Amino acid sequence: MIGDRIVLTLAATAVIVVAGWAYLRLGDRALAALPHGAYRRLAPWLFAGPAVAMVLLALAVPAVITVGWSLVDDGDGGSGGFAGFANYAQTLSDEVTRVALRNTVLWVVLLPSLAVLVGLVIAVLSERVRYGALIKAALFLPIAISAVAAGVIWSFMYDYQPPGAAQTGTLNAVVTALGGEPVAWIVDTATNNYALIGATLWTQAGFAMVIFDAALRSVPGELLEAARLDGASEWAAFRHVTLPFLMPTVVVVATTMTVVALKAFDIVYVMTNGNYGTDVLSTVMYRALFTAKDNGLAGAVATILMLTVVPIMIANVRQFRRETGAA
Amino acid sequence: MTAAIPTPALQEELATVEPATITGRTRKRLTSRWASLFALVIAVLWTIPTFGLLLTSLRPEMDIRTSGWWTWFSDPQLTLANYDEVLYGGTSLSTYFVNSIVITIPSVVIPVSIACLASYAFAWMKFPMRDTLFVAVFALQIVPLQVALIPLLRLFVDADLNGTFWPLWISHTIFALPLAIFLLHNFFREVPGELMEAARVDGAGHVTIFLRIMLPLVTPAIAAFAIFQFLWVWNDLLVAITMATGAQEIQPLTARLAELSGSRGSTWHLLSAGAFVSIVVPVIVFVFLQRYFVRGLLAGSVKG
Repeated sequence: MIGDRIVLTLAATAVIVVAGWAYLRLGDRALAALPHGAYRRLAPWLFAGPAVAMVLLALAVPAVITVGWSLVDDGDGGSGGFAGFANYAQTLSDEVTRVALRNTVLWVVLLPSLAVLVGLVIAVLSERVRYGALIKAALFLPIAISAVAAGVIWSFMYDYQPPGAAQTGTLNAVVTALGGEPVAWIVDTATNNYALIGATLWTQAGFAMVIFDAALRSVPGELLEAARLDGASEWAAFRHVTLPFLMPTVVVVATTMTVVALKAFDIVYVMTNGNYGTDVLSTVMYRALFTAKDNGLAGAVATILMLTVVPIMIANVRQFRRETGAA
Repeated sequence: MTAAIPTPALQEELATVEPATITGRTRKRLTSRWASLFALVIAVLWTIPTFGLLLTSLRPEMDIRTSGWWTWFSDPQLTLANYDEVLYGGTSLSTYFVNSIVITIPSVVIPVSIACLASYAFAWMKFPMRDTLFVAVFALQIVPLQVALIPLLRLFVDADLNGTFWPLWISHTIFALPLAIFLLHNFFREVPGELMEAARVDGAGHVTIFLRIMLPLVTPAIAAFAIFQFLWVWNDLLVAITMATGAQEIQPLTARLAELSGSRGSTWHLLSAGAFVSIVVPVIVFVFLQRYFVRGLLAGSVKG
């Protein structure tokens, strides 16, 4: 049965590729039968049409529909009629969502700054120390690991046994070996949000490092040498020569990580499922959708999520226009 | 892969040229010792979690419950029993492993094909509103996929596609398109225009130019994005649990693993082995095709 499925998948993939090729060839022939002007006007849509249609119909339109749902009185005992901003009022007055908003802010502040810090420091240091490549690889590998597996890996790191029992979690083993009391990292509200952000940092720092690593190669070596010959310390050379060159990259990494933080879901879902005051916007939305079965409420949370992402989106589009000179 | 830093030979040469750098050298050595220590600490911190769980997955169940993975070094016992149970026992991860493959391959092939077509049009064809549409596609890349999930799910339920792989394939395709088009467009643009002019003079149409000239030239870029998308789909959880709720025949590994971890506590022998079953494919892909992947990653974020 397993073999059947693999064969089916490979066959389906072959069909997709052949269908795509046939679409192009037959479409081209059909267009070629038309007058020359029509061919020139329509040929671009043969290429761009499927993608544009899919993105608009399945991404842009649903986004609008979601905003629409946020104004509907849905869920248990809901009338299905227009609710105005009741869902938003409910969301914002709700203790659960407030905690989620507070946590999301914490994520957005900590994750980008820590990722930039660790990524930059390791990218710079790995050029100067022996085994630099090995250290880079250590940071790099978690990129391939899913957030779910990372959640399992870190749940095990944070594992807690009552005082006196043998600690099987690495972190608590270290704490007790140093004479401390074991900490319930994931349950204790003083530590759990930081524990989740730390696990996410573990998966994302490699990405930041790779980007910085590439950017460092664009720093002109002569400038650095000149600064050093003028007696600048390593730190001064870094601060006044390297860092200004890296600023655009810092912005890229920080915005990317901000979006990661805003959309954070998997790690929280796996490690706490939003319990113990660790909810973020995405987990609240997911529960509204599947547990409360309230499209209105889920729509409102999704819209709030989108509104927080939009400023970053606009900044990115501006940056993109500046760089390419596109209209 | 050589870095633009002074070689040791060059540094030595500089030291003899400038007497003042003698103090500089001792200072440098000092900072480099602290730097080495710091880098080493980070490297250990980043390796220990995975290593600890890997070792745990290979220890007997009773040992896992009563002692930490580090005790293995004083009492080394290895077993594959955990893998056997997690793959073929009640958790039957082998089925979900196949599901992950069935989900992932079309979810890479479909968006890559559609994005190649669109990227060619955006890069080399003229049509009204081209630039506006391109910016719109790029902008949609940053819309959180959470926002589109609810209406898409309803659409799939209405179309009676629920319980099949289609909702997963279609959703992954849609969510991949903006980034794919943006990335591939950059590479399509880089192909020299004279090549196309020459082909056009020879009477080749757009379709021929696309298939015969463009596709072979941008294959490395396509590979870069395909690997990126492969890892994304294989590791995805949100789309999986939204589009495949309750349907065990179509759920991927990640969804099953997340479900398992909900009942954690005494099941570390299953969770640890399960985690590595889900990790092994992406890590192999990643390690062997790393260079393509890094290229895609860089093109996506550093390039405009």
